[in-house]
Amino acid sequence: MNSLLEIRNLRTRFHTEDGIVKAVNGISYSLNIGEILGVVGESGCGKSVHALSIMRLIPIPPGEIAGGEVIFEDRDLIKLSSAEIRQVRGRDIAMVFQDPMTSLNPVYTVGFQIMEALTLHLGMTKEQARERAGELLSMVGIPDAPRRLDDYPHQFSGGMRQRAMIAMALSCTPKLLIADEPTTALDVTIQAQIVDLVRRLQEELGMAVMWITHDLGVVADIAHKINVMYAGYIIERGLVRDIYKNTRHPYTSGLLGSLPRLDEAPGTKLVSIPGLPPDLVDLPLGCPFYARCIYRVQQCLEEMPTLEEADGKDHTVACWRWEQIAERTE
Amino acid sequence: MVADNDKLVQIFNLKKYFPINQGFIIQKHVGDIKAVDDVSFDIYHGETLGLVGETGCGKTTVGRTLLYLYEPTAGQVLFNDVDITTLSENKLRRVRRRMQMIFQDPYASLNPRMTVGSILASPLEVHGMVSGKEKRDRVQELLRLVGLNPDFVNRYPHEFSGGQRQRIGIARALALNPDLIVCDEPISSLDVSIQAQVVNLLEELQDRLGLTYLFIAHDLSMVRHISNRMAVMYLGKIVELANRDEIYLHSTHPYTKALMSAVPVPDPDIAKSRQRIILEGDIPSPANPPQGCNFNTRCPVVADICYKEDPIYREIGDKHWVACHFA
Repeated sequence: MNSLLEIRNLRTRFHTEDGIVKAVNGISYSLNIGEILGVVGESGCGKSVHALSIMRLIPIPPGEIAGGEVIFEDRDLIKLSSAEIRQVRGRDIAMVFQDPMTSLNPVYTVGFQIMEALTLHLGMTKEQARERAGELLSMVGIPDAPRRLDDYPHQFSGGMRQRAMIAMALSCTPKLLIADEPTTALDVTIQAQIVDLVRRLQEELGMAVMWITHDLGVVADIAHKINVMYAGYIIERGLVRDIYKNTRHPYTSGLLGSLPRLDEAPGTKLVSIPGLPPDLVDLPLGCPFYARCIYRVQQCLEEMPTLEEADGKDHTVACWRWEQIAERTE
Repeated sequence: MVADNDKLVQIFNLKKYFPINQGFIIQKHVGDIKAVDDVSFDIYHGETLGLVGETGCGKTTVGRTLLYLYEPTAGQVLFNDVDITTLSENKLRRVRRRMQMIFQDPYASLNPRMTVGSILASPLEVHGMVSGKEKRDRVQELLRLVGLNPDFVNRYPHEFSGGQRQRIGIARALALNPDLIVCDEPISSLDVSIQAQVVNLLEELQDRLGLTYLFIAHDLSMVRHISNRMAVMYLGKIVELANRDEIYLHSTHPYTKALMSAVPVPDPDIAKSRQRIILEGDIPSPANPPQGCNFNTRCPVVADICYKEDPIYREIGDKHWVACHFA
């Protein structure tokens, strides 16, 4: 109905010298029109790889989309030809990357790089594109925008570059904006500016946003729904309030417990998760969190739990014992 | 906790300028990057002093100048009442035993061609402290202290994960039984769940060994978690310094307030309800800081006086220092 993107059983792996790295292991979810989804997890959990798979930006080889469907407006993006997917990229789905220092080309002016998408996808003339690029830059809050079009990326600060990247991503008014750790390289006061900007633009333009981050703090503020990922699986998914207030998966609770909070009482001890995430080449048969979980039982070692409904219908969790854990902690 | 008034480190009017030179063969001095511009504070025995600020505010330079890894442009650094800026090299080396550093990047701060054993033994050798079996015992003891298997002595850094490497970095800092450890963003390159492990270890070691920390980081909530007192830096100056709760509950400098409100809170209810102060613009260049108060380009409550006079860093309450005309 109003679902914009539907992912079914997506799997991505990489063939390396050390073996097959199973980066994304069969994830399924849908993203509605105008929704902000936060995708949360630590390094190597597959959050970026799954986004790159949606955009078909995985280098093949060594990468391989081993299975699954990515339905975007009734089309399976995985099955499109490279010419067809190029039409989708940038126009329907746009992406903002983590590092604003390296994702702009240093030898072209900022204006040129924004105009490129406008002339390519929307068939604008140079003059039209230049005018529109100026509007876009001022929309993302860069003062004196028309003049700054002739600047090179090095003349912009980190926050301004990220704004320029967002302007570029929004140039064709995409239906979905994928932001992959857009504020990780930035300072907190600049991060607050960017979060505020994306929220404002999302409201104005009504696009859907996928915000990928390792920081549970940032998405608490901006997202409607959250996917928590671990070792290539979605292990918990739900409305933002459920994830933070009715946390069901022990990994999600662990992540929340390891975050210091500004409003914590003095002397609070952080709850750390012991051990390390599993090696993606050699994933365990059962639950990937088994080795670090304090609630583990034999079943967890033998069988991978599937996402099942917990509490309300929008809250799902992949844990055999979530009910018992919930009882014990309440 | 802060037992009494005995100060381990006292810093008076510390300045560190990095010269900007122009010219290819004949270099001309055309200006200075004022990385640290007139900073004074004390660190008490056994406490953790947190130093927060954004990129380029000079917090790392403070840490390094304090250890005399950089020669200060002006000012004094007293360590146990001895001014280390005037010491001879020999005497300085003896004092350096008592102060160590943990670095930000555990991938770059360990020599990839040395085994963990030799990494940990080298401070002992440099300072001629122990030899032979004693050295081997000490290395194993250090590994145990930071929660690593003592059989790992013959392994190389690449065999360890980021969190484990940071533990090796901590063990190296502990090798000489220092009094003070400068922790320069020790956890910012680690994953969240690993960060908590390392912070807990640092807290545990402090309790056991009576260490004093200068904890430098950009993550305000982590600094507040670990510190007894906190100092906030902006553009080479300390703008506010107070007890951790005092600064959280009664911060008076507009930059501290903005920084506090920009920190993401992992709680959707609080995130929605709280008032956010969003600062405009970027940090000015430390080569050309604004006249008057250096925060005047972004300050939400700026007034005429802020463009004319640099505010004095003064005590406004019990050990609560601030540099603002309106505090």
